[in-house]
Amino acid sequence: MQLRYEIQEGDFVNAGKASSAVKGILKQLDVPAILIKRVVVALYEAEVNVVAHACRGEILVQIDSDMIHIVVQDSGPGIENIDRAMEEGFSTASKEVREMGFGAGMGLPNIKRNTDRMDISSQPGVGTRLELTNRLIV
Amino acid sequence: MSKQAENTGFHHALKVLPELCIGCTHCMKACPTEAIRVRDGLAEIFEDRCVDCGACYKACPASAIIIEQDDFEKIFDYRARVALLPSVLIGQFPSVIDAETIFSSLIQLGFTHIFEIDSVAEIVQEGYNNFIAEYQGEKPVISTFCPAIVRLIQVKFPSLVENLLMVKPPSDIAAISYRNRLKASGYAEEEIGLFYITPCASKIAAVKSPVGESGSPINGVINMEYLYNRTMKLIHSNQVKSGKYETGNLTDGGILWSLTRGEIRHQKGRCLAIDGIANVTHFLEDLEDAEESNIDFLELRACDESCAGGVLISGNRFLTVERLIGRAKKLPAFDIRRRPAPFDDEQFRLDQIKPRSMWKLTDDRGDALGMIAKQEELLKVLPGIDCAACGSPTCRALAEDIVFGRADLSWCVFLQETYIKNGKISIDEAEEINAGIWGKDRKQRSLSK
Repeated sequence: MQLRYEIQEGDFVNAGKASSAVKGILKQLDVPAILIKRVVVALYEAEVNVVAHACRGEILVQIDSDMIHIVVQDSGPGIENIDRAMEEGFSTASKEVREMGFGAGMGLPNIKRNTDRMDISSQPGVGTRLELTNRLIV
Repeated sequence: MSKQAENTGFHHALKVLPELCIGCTHCMKACPTEAIRVRDGLAEIFEDRCVDCGACYKACPASAIIIEQDDFEKIFDYRARVALLPSVLIGQFPSVIDAETIFSSLIQLGFTHIFEIDSVAEIVQEGYNNFIAEYQGEKPVISTFCPAIVRLIQVKFPSLVENLLMVKPPSDIAAISYRNRLKASGYAEEEIGLFYITPCASKIAAVKSPVGESGSPINGVINMEYLYNRTMKLIHSNQVKSGKYETGNLTDGGILWSLTRGEIRHQKGRCLAIDGIANVTHFLEDLEDAEESNIDFLELRACDESCAGGVLISGNRFLTVERLIGRAKKLPAFDIRRRPAPFDDEQFRLDQIKPRSMWKLTDDRGDALGMIAKQEELLKVLPGIDCAACGSPTCRALAEDIVFGRADLSWCVFLQETYIKNGKISIDEAEEINAGIWGKDRKQRSLSK
């Protein structure tokens, strides 16, 4: 089954809508709670990343019996140095964003930790594409 | 009642009286787990989804939902007839009626002993301290004080079952402790009858089919409304002979325990207290979405103002809280050193609580995906106004019922109009469908009001 969500820059109020909807479906599939949690945490972080950094983005979700595949792509500033962005604590977030409790530099590392496979590609000035894959069986 | 407690399956305290049910939508709309449907003019409860919160009981305009209780005469089967009292019982009486008068009238009604449950608060707290010290799982730890909340988590938030604090609630700890005390003073096991005076439906369910315990230590449950009536009658007819009774060693912390923030005032770290089942549901949704992860302890209560707002409490819940705070001020301070030493943790621990998700569609994931897709398609056709005239609480619930094969799209009154226009069904057929939901004589009854 396929799902699609749109994300707007600066719309922190609605960050989490996609992860919440995906959570609902995974519960209906009776996916073990521990695996649902990984997907929700990773997707939520990815949503917040787009809201905080990019202009607009979209989320494409493909759910199969044993696998979930998520693509989060945005037309944002892109990431100059992906290796550095993957370091815990590295952050480019503005003071404003940090004051809201985001931008602690844990976003990407946290996503990686909660996914079975994470692929990231980015072009500065164009955007970022994040691909996440998680198994749905223990 | 421990025999019944051993039964498998779900025992619910809430029942619908067919002769009184008018087949409206109030209960169905109030239910936090969408466990009610209207069929053939009657409310029907899905047993596996009901969490015994009593929201339907409160919402029913026809008094057609009842809370089952034990026959009061049952207390006379025992030589030691113990009333296990929650402090909210006292709080619901007008301030001019003091605790002694209420205890005296309970003795006159036939009880031989009175024990105020909340006097075990220090034991409960010691149990909490020991459990939390050993706890290795993810935070927050979630209190198991409120049985409706435990059931809500099992059914609606299965991922949070592992966070539950595995210490028995005060009512059970009081029952265990008091039974031991009576045995020590010479009573035989079978002579002791412990009766819990309940402010809510979920406590009845917790005694009749306990979660995380092989059997309940309580022998029977008496509905607080019933006892309030009997007590008030004695007081009004001036028949109460006052006396002094040993009722436990209540402290201020004990009396406040069952009220909102009653537990968290004694817990360490970042704690939150949330009351009202809709508020709790909303919060747990956010917690699951990883919105906030640095909370140590959650006190969750199904009723607004916690037990003071229990569905079987007759008085105004805010006045009840105010009176209890007033009574607490006159009592000694909460003191953890009041717990028995040495402290036997084992007897106060819950065994295991298993999730029983209401969300799961079917065992086969492929089939489930098909059902979800079909549900989404149905939602595009349904009007989305959640009128409940189809007998399901929301359009989404109807879509789910259709997918499960227990309802049909033609049950939607909006779509019926289109179907009639298109010649898909006749007006007579539509009438027949609606009679299946609202009962054959529903229209007649509405017109003859």
